[in-house]
Amino acid sequence: MNSHRGGAVEPGTGGASLRAWEPVIGLEMHVELDTQTKMFCGCAVAKGDDPNTHTCPVCLAHPGALPVVNRRAVEYAARIALALHCTVQPRNIFHRKNYFYPDLPKAYQISQYDEPLATAGWFEYWVAGENLRCRINRVHMEEDAAKLIHAGGDTGRIAGSDYSMVDFNRGGTPLIEIVTEPDIPSPEAAREFLQQLRNLVVELGVSECNMEEGQIRWDANISIRPEGSEDLGTRTELKNMNSFRYLQQALDAEIPRQIEILEAGGTIDLETLHFDPDTGTTTPLRSKEEAHDYRYFPEPDLVPLEIDPAWVEELRATQPELPAARVERFTTVYGLSRADATVLGSSGALAGFYEEVVAAGVGAKPAANWTMGEYLAHLNAVGLEAGHGHVTAERLARLVKLVEEGTVSTSAGKEVFAHMIEERDEPEAMIEKHGLGQISDSAELEAIVAEVVAANPAQAEQYRGGKQQIIGFFVGQVMKASGGRANPKVVNDLLRRALDA
Amino acid sequence: MPPPSPTSASACRGWADVTALDPLRLTARDAKRLLVDGEISSAELAKVYLDQIGAVESRVRAYILVTADNAAKYSTKVDREMQAMRGPLAGLPIAVKDNMVTEGVTTTCASKILRNYQPVYTATAVRQVWEDHVVMLGKTNLDEFAMGSSTENSSYQVTANPWDLSTVPGGSSGGSAAAVAAGETLWALGSDTGGSIRQPAALCGIVGMKPTYGAVSRYGLIAFASSLDQIGPLTRSVYDCALLLQHIAGRDLRDSTSVELPEPVALPTAERLDGLRVGVPSEYLAAGIEPGVRARFDETLARVEELGGACVEISLPHTEYALPAYYIIAPAEASANLARFDGVRYGYRCADPVDLRDLYERTRGEGFGPEVKRRIMIGTYALSAGYYDAYYGRAQKVRTMVRRDFDRAFGDVDLIASPTSPTVAFKAGSRTADPLAMYVSDICTIPVNLAGLPAISIPCGLSDGLPVGFQLIGPAFSENRILSAAHALEGTIGFDTAPAFRDSGAGDLGVGEEAAQ
Amino acid sequence: MISEDDVRYVAKLARLRIEQDEAARMTGELARILAHIDKMSELELADVPPTAHVLDVVNVTRADRERPSLPRDEALRNAPAVADECFRVPRMG
Repeated sequence: MNSHRGGAVEPGTGGASLRAWEPVIGLEMHVELDTQTKMFCGCAVAKGDDPNTHTCPVCLAHPGALPVVNRRAVEYAARIALALHCTVQPRNIFHRKNYFYPDLPKAYQISQYDEPLATAGWFEYWVAGENLRCRINRVHMEEDAAKLIHAGGDTGRIAGSDYSMVDFNRGGTPLIEIVTEPDIPSPEAAREFLQQLRNLVVELGVSECNMEEGQIRWDANISIRPEGSEDLGTRTELKNMNSFRYLQQALDAEIPRQIEILEAGGTIDLETLHFDPDTGTTTPLRSKEEAHDYRYFPEPDLVPLEIDPAWVEELRATQPELPAARVERFTTVYGLSRADATVLGSSGALAGFYEEVVAAGVGAKPAANWTMGEYLAHLNAVGLEAGHGHVTAERLARLVKLVEEGTVSTSAGKEVFAHMIEERDEPEAMIEKHGLGQISDSAELEAIVAEVVAANPAQAEQYRGGKQQIIGFFVGQVMKASGGRANPKVVNDLLRRALDA
Repeated sequence: MPPPSPTSASACRGWADVTALDPLRLTARDAKRLLVDGEISSAELAKVYLDQIGAVESRVRAYILVTADNAAKYSTKVDREMQAMRGPLAGLPIAVKDNMVTEGVTTTCASKILRNYQPVYTATAVRQVWEDHVVMLGKTNLDEFAMGSSTENSSYQVTANPWDLSTVPGGSSGGSAAAVAAGETLWALGSDTGGSIRQPAALCGIVGMKPTYGAVSRYGLIAFASSLDQIGPLTRSVYDCALLLQHIAGRDLRDSTSVELPEPVALPTAERLDGLRVGVPSEYLAAGIEPGVRARFDETLARVEELGGACVEISLPHTEYALPAYYIIAPAEASANLARFDGVRYGYRCADPVDLRDLYERTRGEGFGPEVKRRIMIGTYALSAGYYDAYYGRAQKVRTMVRRDFDRAFGDVDLIASPTSPTVAFKAGSRTADPLAMYVSDICTIPVNLAGLPAISIPCGLSDGLPVGFQLIGPAFSENRILSAAHALEGTIGFDTAPAFRDSGAGDLGVGEEAAQ
Repeated sequence: MISEDDVRYVAKLARLRIEQDEAARMTGELARILAHIDKMSELELADVPPTAHVLDVVNVTRADRERPSLPRDEALRNAPAVADECFRVPRMG
């Protein structure tokens, strides 16, 4: 990839073509909502419980059972739609999407079709500091399928299994489908988009989006076109990418495959591809005869939803702050650069942590440096989310203040931070215990300075001879002699006085 | 046989006269009076019907399952706890069509695919009457999944019409209608999607009503066509019909399509029809009505006028399109509603399925009868890619036109009258060769379901010894107006609901027993 | 009109096993039924809205409050085949 923007891809080697291609990517995401109960019945939405302990005649599709819409699911769906700047339609209805599969007990999914909850929005996201916008085609409501476990084979997949088992606990969980327009210009952008969209949904408080538990899932549509073209090529659909990394990998694998075909004069087949993380390749799913004929028709067991504009406004007024607005706010209120504001402001957890540090009395810039630096590195190393773990904002704030006021040097401060993590302790205690306090006392330092100057007459001569920059050597020596604890500024002053004398 | 009388029930006094109780004529109203007066116990009342079942069921075959033990035990309990178990329905026996789930009692929908199904819950309408302490006698026969007009599509048995055992009782609530007519129950619950309460009521000479769509909860009614199905009463009198409707109507939070009636169901008292304008749609009379049926219908219109009503000819111009529209909409919805019967969670499963595909195809191929399969096929076809607009989409528009016809007509008249069925009960086996021949049985009833309106059928006379039904249709939520008018008419018609139990033979049932009495 | 191939396709969609002779017979029956249904095409319906819901009711929803689920043994009671407290189905591959 040359750059994310326009994503122009160099033609493969060995090809005679000099044409540059650009990828065109769209995403379809499914998000499980964090409601108490299922979309159409009062069974609890619970994770990890014993199989088939959260079912009822409705979600088991017993004869005669009927669905009733969960009001909170509609609210959560509307919040997602509003956060994506969609138009919440004044009227929406449910449709039946008909197909046979063991995880679908009614043999139809209650979903939405041509009258969905919301349409025509957009999402702003950042890729390498640059702001991109992806249009959102629709946000709609549906119900999740049950869980299938395949038994008897080696891999736990369908192929090679002897039989399968169905656990209906998950079946009926409210599911929100978000479909983008094909506006995403590169695999890296797709990854960023998804990550940031996930953050947004988590911040709205409508879903935990736990990926291990499949609470957010996605398919990608990818096609190729000549750079600068407006037309859309034939797309393929990629499925089964369980992490953001796999998404990028799958797209990275698929793009060259399509380019090779097109450059050889072939055409892309509209097909569904399965991503294999082990080989890093995409292979066509064994096509199951005909494509699905879903025979959509309006759900007769449910009545239309007419959305009150006043209610929409009330939701809008009570939406949590969205990443885009927060990044903006960080640049104005804290005077941060856009790059820094983006790092700190995109995720609510990190942003919240940062603001706590500032609120504890630390300057905006030092707080930013330490949060983006040591703290974020620590989070990434241990795979934690901001605000978790025992390095609280309050503790970090105290450390930063100690550095700012000179009690400990910046480099020693980083050591203190490492000890805070390892020993799960407070900054002051770690400074004490490991003797990392900065020495600023002139009397104490003068002695060391005198020693160092005396021990290095040749360099002292050079300094006096005009080589001013050799003071750095002396500072280093003093730092060494003091175990890294000497206050560099004071050392600098004392050295100059000693050497100039 | 006792001479027909305009009112029901030979009143009895004292325990010794229990045997004089006539199950063929006793109404719920009178039975309740007897219970309250202490003339009879609930257990004795249940026994009257269980004895009648014992006497005639082998010829009528109205029941898929008779819950005799439960009925005996529960009626005894009601007697014992009469203080706690009061209420207008307490202690009264009832039969329930076997497409309403009843927890603890096998529910089959007259299909092989549910032959061993044990419901894990009870339909709301049934639960409501159970909570009123009725005594359930059993589950009655129907056309499989309520698809049919004669019960000949039941995978269990064909019910016989007690008026002539070689003829059909109508359908799909044929079992319920025959049970009421044959004195095998006091009254019954049925369901109506295209006429399945009204047509059998007409053929069996009893009262049957389909309420406004939404008036009675569908929760627990095994769905045939979701936008058309409604549960309703089959009874011996209009008063009984109102009484039972009172106890099953009402908004149910488990059914998103159920609504509260704007005014509660009233028990009818009217004896006159002064000022009532009754419209008679010319299109319904053109629809191949048998001369005998037409004669009884015209006589009843004359009675309407005798009682002070006025009959006027009206037009419902889209009537002829209602049948085609119904035979797209109902199968389409049914094809989706019946897709859940797949051998995975309940019901029949084919033997030794080799893989999932085999499980589905053989379970459903073996478990469903031919009419059900036909309708699933039509429905699936009508919804399939490329055909939606031409079939389902179009049918939904025809539905709008049918509704508008009624709305317009009700601007001029208060009720609409028609024969309920174009013919009287037909010979078993006479229409089974051609599905279309069976479908036209519902030509007068189907438009009502498409429009979601309420309608009642009351017996208005006999033709060649077989009952003729008179249908009254009202605007949405006009149940009280309908019941009131039907009650007044019933009083002047004076139809004796006791059937003849004759057998004119040549019916395809293999049953040739002598008539009763 | 509807052909035997159509019938076979639709039977597949509806997961109904139909034998050869059944398919032939059904094709005839369905063709006649559909011919009758074609009567609807006589009407001019371009400006007519479809009736998806005969009731004039909207916004029927419920609160997000838990209701008791079935005990597992009841949920599994009718199951034709069970494995590890789940509903068992034959091999899907």
